[in-house]
Amino acid sequence: MKNYRNIETVYTVTANEPLTHKTWRMRLSGDTSELTRAGQFVNLMIDGKYLRRPISVSDYNSGELMLLYDVVGSGTKAMSEMKPGTEINTLTGLGNGFTEDMDTEHPVLLGGGIGCAPLLNLARKLLARGITPTVILGFNTAKDVAMKEDFKEIGLDAIICTVDGSDGVKGFVTDAINALPFRPDYFYACGPMPMLRAVCTGLDFPGEVSLESRMGCGFGACMCCSIETKDSAKRICKDGPVFSKDELIWK
Amino acid sequence: MEIKELREREQSGDWSVSLSGVKLDNPVIPASGCFGFGYGMAEYYDINILGSISFKGTTLNPRFGNPLPRVAECEAGMINSVGLQNPGIEKVISEELPKMRAVFHKPIIANISGFAIDEYVECCRLIDKEEQVEIIELNVSCPNVHGGGMSFGTQPESVAEVVRAVKKVINKPLYVKLTPNVTDIVAIAKAAVDAGADGLCLINTMLGMRIDLKTGKPIIANVMGGFSGPAIFPVALRMVWQVSHAVDVPTIGCGGVSTADDVKEMMLAGATAVQVGAANLRDPYACKRIIENL
Repeated sequence: MKNYRNIETVYTVTANEPLTHKTWRMRLSGDTSELTRAGQFVNLMIDGKYLRRPISVSDYNSGELMLLYDVVGSGTKAMSEMKPGTEINTLTGLGNGFTEDMDTEHPVLLGGGIGCAPLLNLARKLLARGITPTVILGFNTAKDVAMKEDFKEIGLDAIICTVDGSDGVKGFVTDAINALPFRPDYFYACGPMPMLRAVCTGLDFPGEVSLESRMGCGFGACMCCSIETKDSAKRICKDGPVFSKDELIWK
Repeated sequence: MEIKELREREQSGDWSVSLSGVKLDNPVIPASGCFGFGYGMAEYYDINILGSISFKGTTLNPRFGNPLPRVAECEAGMINSVGLQNPGIEKVISEELPKMRAVFHKPIIANISGFAIDEYVECCRLIDKEEQVEIIELNVSCPNVHGGGMSFGTQPESVAEVVRAVKKVINKPLYVKLTPNVTDIVAIAKAAVDAGADGLCLINTMLGMRIDLKTGKPIIANVMGGFSGPAIFPVALRMVWQVSHAVDVPTIGCGGVSTADDVKEMMLAGATAVQVGAANLRDPYACKRIIENL
């Protein structure tokens, strides 16, 4: 008898609070056994919405997970109104996730805005392997800055950069990398497309990036989130969301 | 199906149906474009419980499809504009079908699209020879590049033309998947049947669009797309009723079907079998649940 993956589960909200004027943190409890790698995502069913909302997992352990989300539309607005105790039908363990076992000594984790979220679990996994990553978190302005304390809690002092210079290094994450006193040997990046483009086309060392997209299903059935790669058309939800820098085409 | 037969089927649990001599264990078929070539979904449950699978719309040449975003949220549904992304008939036959056959052992419905009559003909000729493909389903909602871009499925004459041309080169039953974006679906259905269609599948998605209130621009990169989901079920049901009362061939009901009750309603409207589309995208286990609840 074949064992089928049961990717559908019900999570219960245990906490849900704003971190900044737009970024919220939701903590959930439930079965996390389908989550196997940092950088995977969940797809939440929200009352009154037909399509689920894909949200990357920021951190998880056995029985609990943490999501960070920006309130940008009516779906995430509805999420921000969920009280502890709310049950959410969820598809979990979606996507490939980051290459946690990459052969790297000095990796740098690059987050842009809400894209900082999945780097927390990745940092924890790397630390568990005895690798101390350099963490660079980029935001537009000081009032957007989030997650610094989360990294502090696991012993990492994240370098903050803001486009307007109102907090940390002035400029983009690429500017912060160039200011490092050493040369990293690998990067893991997640953030908006212009940032990922700058990272992939500007850095001369290897790495991987996590992409985001509007999705239909989130598990590879509908082809609504396909991108062209050097190899073939790939689905961000199923073949990604993490792709090697070498696979991607930047037009 | 009459109400008496529905009660008998509910009593006996026998939901087997026949489409032009092709026997299905039950009438539930994932619709094209919502289930790939099946093998991806076989990770989640035993797909051999399905009556059949209509595979991802296939064209003569490989297609990447439309730019992103290809999807938009709607009240009780969604809009998609994937644009027939597929690896082309050659790779479908050499790579996708073998992977599909490895995990799925029931009749397969081959969904074929084209942008010119000769493309439909060549694709259907090739797929007709394939073992386990028991029905060919013609998607006539694509624009005819030689006909000013007007979709084949919107004119009785162009539907008849493509059906006649394809029928000459195939031996397997030919089903035409009708577009609802027409003034008189019965006239189109009759034209398809008169030209030799062995059955009809209806409906394809309804043309729709959404605008992003923040940017003032269409959400879908290709501006418009196909609206599907529970919102279109009453329209689909009405068209199945109209068409199945007007033609003598079997119909496959499609459009917003999400529950076992929807399947029964479609069958009472005249459908022999039923396709499930958008529901699979919201719930990967949708067809399994529907079959268990029949």
